[in-house]
This record gives sequence, C-alpha cells and structure tokens, in this order.
Amino acid sequence: MLQYATWKYALAAILIALSAFYSLPNLYPQDPAVQIAANRGGAVDEALMLRVRGSLEQQSLSAKSVAIEGERLVVRTTNPDEQTRVADFLRQDLGSQYTVALNLASTVPSWLSGFGAKQMKMGLDLQGGVHFLLEVDQQAAIDKRANAFADEISGVLRDGKFSYTSVSRTADGIQVLLAESTDMQAVFAAIAREAPELQLQADPAQPGRFVARLTPTLIQTIMDGAIEQNRTTLDNRINSLGVGEQVIQRQGDSRIVVQLPGVQDTAEARKLIGATATLEYRHVIDYGNDAIRAATTGVVPANARLYYSRELGPDGKPRPILLSRRVIVSGDQLVNATSSPDPQSGTPAVQIELNNAGGNRMLAHTRENVGQLMAAVYIETIPEVKVVDGKEVVTTRVSEEVINAARLQGVFGKNFQTTGLDSQQEASDLARLLRAGSLAAPMVIIEERIIGPSLGAANIASGLNAVFWSFVLVLAFFLVYYKMFGIVTNLALLLNLLMVVAVMSVIGATLTLPGLAGIALTVGMSVDANVLINERIREELRNGNTPLASIANGYDKASGTITDSNTTALLAGVAMAVFGSGPIRGFGITLILGIITSMYTAVSVSRGIATLIYGKRKKLAKIAI
Amino acid sequence: MELFPSNSNIKFMDARHATVGVFVALMLASVVFLATKGFNYALDFTGGTVVEIEFEKPADVEAIRTRLEAAGYSSPIVQTFGSGNDIVIRLQPPEMKEDAGPEAAPPAEQAGTSILNVAQSPDNPGTVIRSDFVGPQIGNELALNGMYAAIFVALGFLAYIAVRFEFKFAVAAVVATLGDILLVCGWFALNQHEFDLTVLAGILSVMGFSINDKIVVFDRVRENFRLLNKLEPREVLNRSINQTLSRTIITSFVAFLTVLALYLYGGNSLKGMAESQMIGIVIGTLSSILVACPILLLLGVTKQDLLPKAREDIEAELARRP
Repeated sequence: MLQYATWKYALAAILIALSAFYSLPNLYPQDPAVQIAANRGGAVDEALMLRVRGSLEQQSLSAKSVAIEGERLVVRTTNPDEQTRVADFLRQDLGSQYTVALNLASTVPSWLSGFGAKQMKMGLDLQGGVHFLLEVDQQAAIDKRANAFADEISGVLRDGKFSYTSVSRTADGIQVLLAESTDMQAVFAAIAREAPELQLQADPAQPGRFVARLTPTLIQTIMDGAIEQNRTTLDNRINSLGVGEQVIQRQGDSRIVVQLPGVQDTAEARKLIGATATLEYRHVIDYGNDAIRAATTGVVPANARLYYSRELGPDGKPRPILLSRRVIVSGDQLVNATSSPDPQSGTPAVQIELNNAGGNRMLAHTRENVGQLMAAVYIETIPEVKVVDGKEVVTTRVSEEVINAARLQGVFGKNFQTTGLDSQQEASDLARLLRAGSLAAPMVIIEERIIGPSLGAANIASGLNAVFWSFVLVLAFFLVYYKMFGIVTNLALLLNLLMVVAVMSVIGATLTLPGLAGIALTVGMSVDANVLINERIREELRNGNTPLASIANGYDKASGTITDSNTTALLAGVAMAVFGSGPIRGFGITLILGIITSMYTAVSVSRGIATLIYGKRKKLAKIAI
Repeated sequence: MELFPSNSNIKFMDARHATVGVFVALMLASVVFLATKGFNYALDFTGGTVVEIEFEKPADVEAIRTRLEAAGYSSPIVQTFGSGNDIVIRLQPPEMKEDAGPEAAPPAEQAGTSILNVAQSPDNPGTVIRSDFVGPQIGNELALNGMYAAIFVALGFLAYIAVRFEFKFAVAAVVATLGDILLVCGWFALNQHEFDLTVLAGILSVMGFSINDKIVVFDRVRENFRLLNKLEPREVLNRSINQTLSRTIITSFVAFLTVLALYLYGGNSLKGMAESQMIGIVIGTLSSILVACPILLLLGVTKQDLLPKAREDIEAELARRP
C-alpha cells in the first residue's frame, strides 16, 4: 500500500553518500602553516627546503613538516604560537627574495581533494583578522579623464586653426565657445575623428557654443577602470605583505573589500593601502653587453641608470638594462592603456593614450629616436616596518622594474601601441600594470574591523554550541511528541544538516557566525514541514482512515502547503542575500540552502524512511505517532 | 503524545474585535515608541569606533579616559565588561564636512591599534580583542538596504500569494506580517536594546517565519472553502484556525527552542538576532491565530473568490479517486 519508487531510494542513497563524502573534509583540522613564495631573484627548490630545515633546527623551532607543495615551500607547525615564531624568524632569515606568509594548510587527504571535496572556508569572525572596506573616489577619476578630453579638444581646435574663445569644464561635460559659428560642422568632424567617445551637442540658443558630453557608457568604463586599477595595485602590494589567503574584491559600484586573515596590526596594512605606484617611460641606452658589464662591475655610465627587467636573461635572473636618466613621460601623463590585438597584424598589442603634455614630449622624443628602444619602468614604493632595538622603524623600499622595452617604429605623439608581445595574456598584464602606474583615483578606508584570534576561537565555540543545542532540543522534542515518526523526522533533520554542510563546502561558501545561526534557524524552520505531515497523518487517523492510507494521505495533502510556505520563506532568504552585506548575507545564504535541502529531506526522504519502516506490512493495526 | 485536543473549537472569530483591537493598539504604541525613542542604533548604522581591549591586569578606566582625551580623542566612552581586565572604548564617528568628499573621512587615529597604543600603559599592556571602525557614509546605506530588502520581501509575498491563492489572502497575510514586524521594531524601540545588522537579519527572517504560519492557516481556509461550501465564511475561518492550531503552536514552539538555543549559547554577537527572532516568533504565532483571519473576513472573503479554481480542483479530485 505504501510505495516509494526504487529510483527514489537510489537517488536518496546517492545523495546521502555524496553529502557524507563532501562533508568529510571538514573533519580534518587545518595545520597552522607558514608558506614561502619566491620573489624576483629567489627560487623555491630543494636547496631552499634544506636551508629552511637547517636554520629552523638551529633555532630549535619545531615544525611538523617542511615540504614543497605546489609552487610554494610550506612549513607546517603544530600550533599558532609556533607558527608565528617560525614566520617571524623566516622573514628575517630569508630577506626580501622571498615572501613569507601565514596560512592554514589543508590536511584533507588526496583521495578526497581529488574529487573536489574541500573544507568550508571560515569567515574572519571565526578565524580572526582584519577587514577593510575602501571607497574609491570615482569623481576624481572622471574629472581627470574629462580634463584630458578638454586638453584634446583644445589641441584639435589649434591643429585645425579654428579660432575659439574658450574650452572649459562644466558639470556635464566640456563647454566650447567658438569664435565663428560657421566652423561648427568642421569642428564636430575633427573632434569625432580624435575622440569618438564624446557626444557632441550644439547649443541652439547660442551660436558657436557646444557641449561635449561624456556618455554614460564612457563614464561607466572610467569608473570600472578606476576600481580595477586600485584593485590591481592593492593586489600587488598586499602580495608583498605576505598574507596567506587575502580577499581583495570589488563590492558594488565604488568599493573594494580587503580581508586579511591572521593579520592583527592594521597599521602596516593601512600604509600599503595609502602607498602609490607610478610609471616612467625612459630612453634605453643599452640592453646588452654594456648593461651586463655595468651590472657586474658596478660602473655605470654618467648619463645612465641601471635597471633590471622583468624579462629573465639566459642565467635565469632578471636582465640588466641601462636607461637614460631623463624621463620622457611619467605615469600621471598616462590617460589609458588597453590591450587588444594589433589591427594590422593581429598580434597581441597594448594601446596607450597620453594626455597632451605627455603627447608633446613623446612626439619630441620619437622625432629624434626612431629605431631606438624605449622602456616602461614600473615603480612601487612599499613601506616596510621593522623593529630595531624595540622601536618600530618605518622605511620604504622602492621597487623599480622595467616591464617592457620596445623599439620605436615611427614618430608618434599621444596615441601609440606596443607590439611584439608574446601572448594576449602578456598584453593584458602589461596594460594592467601601465594603468596601475597611472595616477589612480584616491581611496579612503570607510570601514575597518579587527577580530582578535581569541574572539574568533570563542565565536566558533559558541556558534557550534548553539547549533548543537538547537539540534538536541528539537530532536528530543520530536522523539517524545511523535514517537516513531519523531525518529523519522529526526533522521530527516540530521540528513538536512549533512546536506547543508556538503553544499556549503562544495560551492566554497564562507562560514560565518551568522551563518551558523542560519543553520540553527534552518533546523527550526524546516521542522515545520514534518510537523505539517505528522499532524496531517494524525488527523487522517482520527477521521477513521487505516494507518497506511493515513500515512500516504498525510504526505500527499501536506506537500502543497509545504511548497507554499517554504517558497515564501525562501523569498526572505533571497532578499537577505541580495540586499544584505556582511552578516546579513551570510545568514541569508545558509537560510536559502537550508530551506531547499529541507524541502527534499522533509518531504521525500522522510517518506522513504516511513515506507521502509511500515511499507512492507500488509496489515498494520497501529502506528506510533 | 498530544498537547492539544484534536477537536478543539475555540471561537476565535467571535473575539476578533477584541484581538484585532489589541493588536492595532500595540501597533500604535510601537509607532509612538519608534517616533519618540527611536532605535538605539549600533555602530553598524551610526558609524564610529568600538574597541575591546583585554589587559593583563585590572584596568583603570579613569586613567584610560584621561590618556585618550590627552591624545586628542573627544569624549571617549570607556567601560569595563566581563572581568575587570576587559575594557570597551567607544568613539564618535569623525566629523564629516559637507562637500568635503570622502577624502576628509577617517583619520588613522580611528584604527584599533592606534587606540590600543594610547590606552595601554607599560605596566599594563593589552591586546585588541575586537575593533570596529565604521565610516559615517555607510550607516545610511545599510539602513536603506534593509528597507529595500523588507519592501522586496513584502512585494514578493504579495505577488506569490496572489498567484497561488487570491489577492485578498495576499493582502491579509502581508498586512498581518508587516504588523508583526512593526511590533518587533516597537519592542526594540521600547527597551532600547542595541539595533545592529544581525537584529535586522533577525527581523527579515521573522518575516519569512511569520508569513509561513499565515500561509499554513490560509491553505486550510482555502481547502475548507472548497469542502464546506455550505458554511458561512466566519465559521469556515474559525474551523481552519482550530484545525491548524496544534501545528501552528508546535512549529512555533520548536522554532522558539532553536532560537532559544541561539540566545543562550550563541554568544554576545548573536543575542540581538536571537532576541528579535524570539519576540517575532511569539508575535507571529499569535497574529496567525488571532489576526490574519479576521483581516481576511474584514476584506470580505467569500467562497466565490476561490470558486473558478475550486471546480476544476474538485473535478480533478473526483477523477483521481478510484
């Protein structure tokens, strides 16, 4: 009489097995570890491993293991104190050739991780760390670009020998007053050629006056660019800070979230955020034997400076290069750099746009130097905090690196392109670095949170405790109140928990304290489905139906109600995930997952279990509910 | 085991004037509290700085306050909490000049580490347990997003129930739910418990919970209108409430248990959320039993509202029977 299709049993069995499998990694505790990555000039190899092992032994610092994992050398330790000591020591010992970072190393065995099973990530509120929310001043970026356009329009007017009264910035664009209104057509055509992005509109009320507007798409591109630029520089700098698993993400229109797990001192992080990168174009004096000689002997010609290139020489070290002491164009004169294939040859290229001042200097330089090399130097000022005699000393380390050296193919001004790049990837990397080196829109910290490691540990404990007790209370109640069907319900609830954990682990959701609360609350809300079913079964029994018919009817009649009530609850979860930020979002996401999995476990799986218990008996006189 | 008589027939609908009256009175009181006292907004919404520092030895609150003022912090609030070694320091958000743009916002002095350096003394060093700085520009936005979320949820409910049930049902359920939310807000305004982001999350989840209860009752109302089409709407509603009474109370009781576990064991940062949910569950349950159906009656619900659908359903039901 009670039926539950074989395929449904099979499905349930598969889902239970998968849930168990993908929840499993969470049982492996992570090792507090120190990871070492190579910077320019360093290499992660056997030699480094032996060196680290040796020096740790000398300092009698114990490590669980020192091994190369992927591209990094990972030193696993037994506890966080040991981890800090090892990291502090290695930072001093290895110097700036290596980046030493704290992280938590997974101990999930390969037979699990091979199938994509991984641990749930813990939020900052559970593991401690710092969180920054930065706001990028996009108006500054737009202003800068609009000024460049105003420059450009003036240039076009001068070049075309049009006489004009003024070119000025207004709130909605660039206002131009021409002396002769009859020039309008020709001026429009000339501007459209040079700056097709602008929207030109003549003022019917005032002959000779027109406004060049920045279109909404253009403004959007500029704003996106400003965010991306800041994100890139942050990424570069924070990598040098040596945090294991930092999060640097865009949030909304104008914000960037930076999360640094394990970091406690915000002063250092703040300095990085405030620092700037810049860019210089310089004339190349020698990129061959002279430069190598200068690098080995230390004797540099009077008019030159010695730099090193990103490109590695035959010896595997950065190639030396001699550049002129004179700067042709600097980063604040760079308007934009984009990567797209060269229209003629189709090879990877980067298109570069300078402002008028930069364009004039470039023109003057290229007139005399066609066929020569020109180099782009990326300069980053990285503040370093060192403790000397118990006092904090702030020093800055300037890293200068030649990111590209190319031969001048002709005479050009403010628009030019760099070709001869090996791949599209290299082109987009170069464009990214060039943009990062141009004057970035300013950023300010609008939110800063520090969660101490002790609070993180306390939060984990209280969160798990709350989930545990909410389960215990609910399971006990159901057992007493619904007897055998209480057991069925409880099994469904436990399976629900397992599925939520599995799904969160697989999709890489971050577990936070409100997320744990969400799991507890899901328990409270998902029992509703089973209460509805169980109450219906009782009602059917009271109406005089046979036990088996009552079970079947109870499930059938309750299903519709359950769908309706869960869909609305789901809406609330979606609203929290969409509109909420921080704790609200974490809570909303777990709620959504919990409601979806509970619909399956409460309605379908629990029915399967009930069928398993009662289905085979032909004559069932009484059920325990 | 059963806690409720299966054949209960409490005349809920007879008392509808009283119950709705009490509810409306409470709602008015909530509005008054919200208007006069308002929420005790937490840092999340007001902006400012909160730093919790654990010292090695019991800390001298007065000395810390003096040191902070000497360092140029205006009117810092310094309190102990937990053991005498733990101190919480609160600072007002930095003043923002009009039109100054974001550049003027946060001086580095607002950072937790800077405050720690001022607050600690060589003979009694401390460590930062937690430090939050929130710029003044965020608060409004968060409050606004909370409002958007609530509106989205309410409209979503309205649309879904209107499609699945009927428009009067949708209005009754959403009005009753929003009333529940208002009462929870009123509670937080009355006792001035801190209103932070997690409380907001709690209130939004109460919306989900509360509508859930109403839908279960209305689902039974719909079913009964079709089955018992000779009865007066008032009687149909009353029966529906009684039939679902046991379920409503048990579900709420179990949900209450889980939230109680959160309140008791979830630590300080979840207390506000758990409190809003506990209050919300109690109010939501009461309004599902006492208020939602009277509103439905007030809107003049009849079986005709569900009739076109009903005929099809009965036919389908007949066809399914052997």
